[in-house]
Amino acid sequence: MRKQYETVIGLEVHVELATKTKIFCGCSTKFGGEPNTHTCPVCTGMPGSLPVLNRQVVEYAMAVGLASNCAINQYCKFDRKNYFYPDNPQNYQISQLYIPICHDGFIEIEISGGKKKIRIHEIHMEEDAGKLIHDEWEDCSLVDYNRSGVPLIEIVSEPDMRNADEVVAYLEKLRLILQYLGASDCRLQEGSMRADVNLSVRWRGDEKMGTRTEMKNLNSFKAIRHAIEGESSRQIELIEQGEQVIQETRKWDDNKEYSYAMRSKEDAQDYRYFPDPDLPPVRISDEWLTRVRRALPELQPEKQIRYEREYGLPRYDAQILTGSRKLADIFESASAICDKPKKVSNWLMGETLRLLKVHDQEPDDLTFSPENLAKLVQLSDEGTVSSTVAKDVFEKVFLEDVDPACYVEEHGLKTVNDMDLLTEVVKKVISQNPAPVEEYKAGKEKVLGFLVGRVMKAMKGKANPSAAKELIKKLI
Amino acid sequence: MNLEEITAVQLSKMIKSRKITAVEAAKASLETIQEKEDKLHSFITVDEKGALKRAGEVQKGIERGEFTGPLAGVPIAVKDNICTKGIKTTCASKMLSDFIPTYDACVVEKLREAGAVMIGKTNMDEFAMGSTTETSAFKVTRNPVNSAYVPGGSSGGSCAAVKAGEVSIALGSDTGGSIRQPSAFCGVTGMKPTYGAVSRYGLIAYASSLDQIGPIAKDVSDCAALLSAIASHDHRDSTSVSMGDYDFTTALCEDVRGLRIGLPTDFFGEGLDSKVRECIMAAAQILKENGAVLEPFELGMTEYAIPAYYIIASAEASSNLERFDGVKYGYRCAESNGLHDMYKKTRTQGFGSEVKRRIMLGSFTLSSGYYDAYYMKALKTKALIKKSFDDAFKKYDVLLTPVYPDVPPKLGTSLSDPLKMYLGDICTVSVNMAGLPAISIPCGTDSQGLPVGMQLIGNCFSEKVLLRAAYSFERKVKDEKTV
Repeated sequence: MRKQYETVIGLEVHVELATKTKIFCGCSTKFGGEPNTHTCPVCTGMPGSLPVLNRQVVEYAMAVGLASNCAINQYCKFDRKNYFYPDNPQNYQISQLYIPICHDGFIEIEISGGKKKIRIHEIHMEEDAGKLIHDEWEDCSLVDYNRSGVPLIEIVSEPDMRNADEVVAYLEKLRLILQYLGASDCRLQEGSMRADVNLSVRWRGDEKMGTRTEMKNLNSFKAIRHAIEGESSRQIELIEQGEQVIQETRKWDDNKEYSYAMRSKEDAQDYRYFPDPDLPPVRISDEWLTRVRRALPELQPEKQIRYEREYGLPRYDAQILTGSRKLADIFESASAICDKPKKVSNWLMGETLRLLKVHDQEPDDLTFSPENLAKLVQLSDEGTVSSTVAKDVFEKVFLEDVDPACYVEEHGLKTVNDMDLLTEVVKKVISQNPAPVEEYKAGKEKVLGFLVGRVMKAMKGKANPSAAKELIKKLI
Repeated sequence: MNLEEITAVQLSKMIKSRKITAVEAAKASLETIQEKEDKLHSFITVDEKGALKRAGEVQKGIERGEFTGPLAGVPIAVKDNICTKGIKTTCASKMLSDFIPTYDACVVEKLREAGAVMIGKTNMDEFAMGSTTETSAFKVTRNPVNSAYVPGGSSGGSCAAVKAGEVSIALGSDTGGSIRQPSAFCGVTGMKPTYGAVSRYGLIAYASSLDQIGPIAKDVSDCAALLSAIASHDHRDSTSVSMGDYDFTTALCEDVRGLRIGLPTDFFGEGLDSKVRECIMAAAQILKENGAVLEPFELGMTEYAIPAYYIIASAEASSNLERFDGVKYGYRCAESNGLHDMYKKTRTQGFGSEVKRRIMLGSFTLSSGYYDAYYMKALKTKALIKKSFDDAFKKYDVLLTPVYPDVPPKLGTSLSDPLKMYLGDICTVSVNMAGLPAISIPCGTDSQGLPVGMQLIGNCFSEKVLLRAAYSFERKVKDEKTV
């Protein structure tokens, strides 16, 4: 039965832009200050205050539009969305309804069986609201306006997605674009990227869309996945039972894995949108647009191709490295320092990703500097440290961003190149392991590794393994 | 010393030549207030202590040569919808009866730089909504010329204070005639500058696209001096425009030979009081004698100005006044049951009926399904009004009209018929809709001896042309009186 249904999904994604100051005043956008310290008459809605547009917001919005193949409205306007709520100090939010800055774009996602275009209906600029804190102890509510006026863009897709995989692929692609542009850090948990999911179901092959619901409060890919699966089942069951889906806004509770109705279309508010008379229309000159277009950084697809060509990396490696702006940045900086891109790539693809997994972290959480990675590559490559020691040192770099050269020096981890000492140890190992020595003599080459291991152990990992190997061969 | 008889420019000259001090001028102002306020009610707040302290500072500054301009040491009043740091700013509303701003409006900073001494904050119609200063939540200001009559509005307190000599000069704000009409009623000179000439930063908004702060003074020279002090390009107001030259006193010359003045017949037709018409035509004749060229013409679109104005102004007001909700500042109802009940009770109790009427009107015209029919149509009308003025200014340098079609109403007669009150704005609202500068100059008296005002309208940023024409007229009238 279920196979006969198709899920249709469109997304509204809010992204906090990475400007230093707010969209309509000079207050800091820094996360986490003491309540109401990043505020002024403008972002607290004091009588007589007026908004002044931050041009950097327009540039970021333009860049995101261009990177997602949108047309740019070189004449666009801000509108007021009127609603009463204490987190909104003016009781209207300045947003864009009638003429948004970008429209009609698309981004391409990879799905099983190839690529798919997800169309973007529009991108508009708006201001964030403050934060309400309900003090149950005192039975009162407090409001913090530090977030009030932080710039947001809302990216509205067409209903082009059909399942959770496509939605996650779209969000990941969007996040990658935004991170490459430096327009946002896109952290879902911190709320700098938030997605509302519009979802309906219909009979497969139907032209007409079903009645949709909108789900809010989705702050992880996992929650989005669960919400989509839960909501499409709920709608299909309603239809199967002969009931109707009601157009409404639902709030997803990820703990209970259940969504509940917040408000229906009937009690939807009338926002009484109208052009904000305090802000003249935004006019984007051809020169400004060209400048932003020229300043667009290399995006992921181009970077991946370049990595394959310029550094000779395998496609898979290039894809993984460019799949995170952070990884790509570390890769390029470290490679530029030590001039050993393949080795840098190996460290990132191998140990780095392994340790991230161990610590349940994302590449964005990486804290070590490319300089220290480059130094380690150098030390390992010159044979100053053995590969075993190098791995231990890297873990220190990963966790504490230590300077590998100093660390190796301080902890006496340098490979010992003293041939007399090595000869002595090798002789000792040979005499202590008569059986393996006999096996080697009988032609069992594999035993050599075991013997090298014994030497390394005896020298606490500081021996040069290839030198040890040659010496063993010679002395047996 | 009687401030009633000397202009601001004369007073500052006396202060600079050490004939009197800024402190003495401030005291003269405060004494007149003491004497007249009981009857007049021009002020909501008088900052006696602050004014005397500031006057002392300014006097020292003048002696050190820091303040050299024509407003140094001059007592000034500020309309109570302009934010003054540390001094109550109420908009004549219960909603803001205890509100003390944390910052100064741009124009207040400018006055400080010019060395003017702020005496207090003047009464007005609540949130500048009204034409009589009777919608104030606190008091009713009387017309200093005849206390049975209204001083006009909404800047009635500022105009009355200047006329009565309580201060030398004052600031008002004009959204649909709120400087020009009370100036006409009180017999003072008031100017609404071009939209964008004076920063609105710190002006508590009524209708953002129409509001403009302007000078109210005894004569054209004072008006030019005050405009020179307050006009500026302010980066905190996105609608502020740079004019380059901000010295308007250079326009004060009597020569209007060849100046082309158009008389829009639209404002001289039915409904114009015959005595008012007589005064206006006599004033026009004076300008003609001075060398201006007069010509009647039809402006057009004027019949649509009032409905379009009330739709746009109310729509913007309904949104601008949303921030007064009892959450952050201002009045909050004593008891309520939950957030929405608090909002409702606070706003029901905090706003007066004229304000509520306009909020409801504006909320209605912006609501979904009505937006296109009302608000959009009003915006298109606004654009057409602007176009009809643009066409007129291809032929004329200045337009001459009455300020108000009738004689001032008696106290207590206007609020019962708001529609009639709205229609009185006929000659002034188009100017705001087109963003133009206009000046109101006294030009005689009606049959009861009440002042009549003439309005001169100029093209955008032609303040100097207006001031020159007004000055030319004023000189001639003064000369005739002297003779």
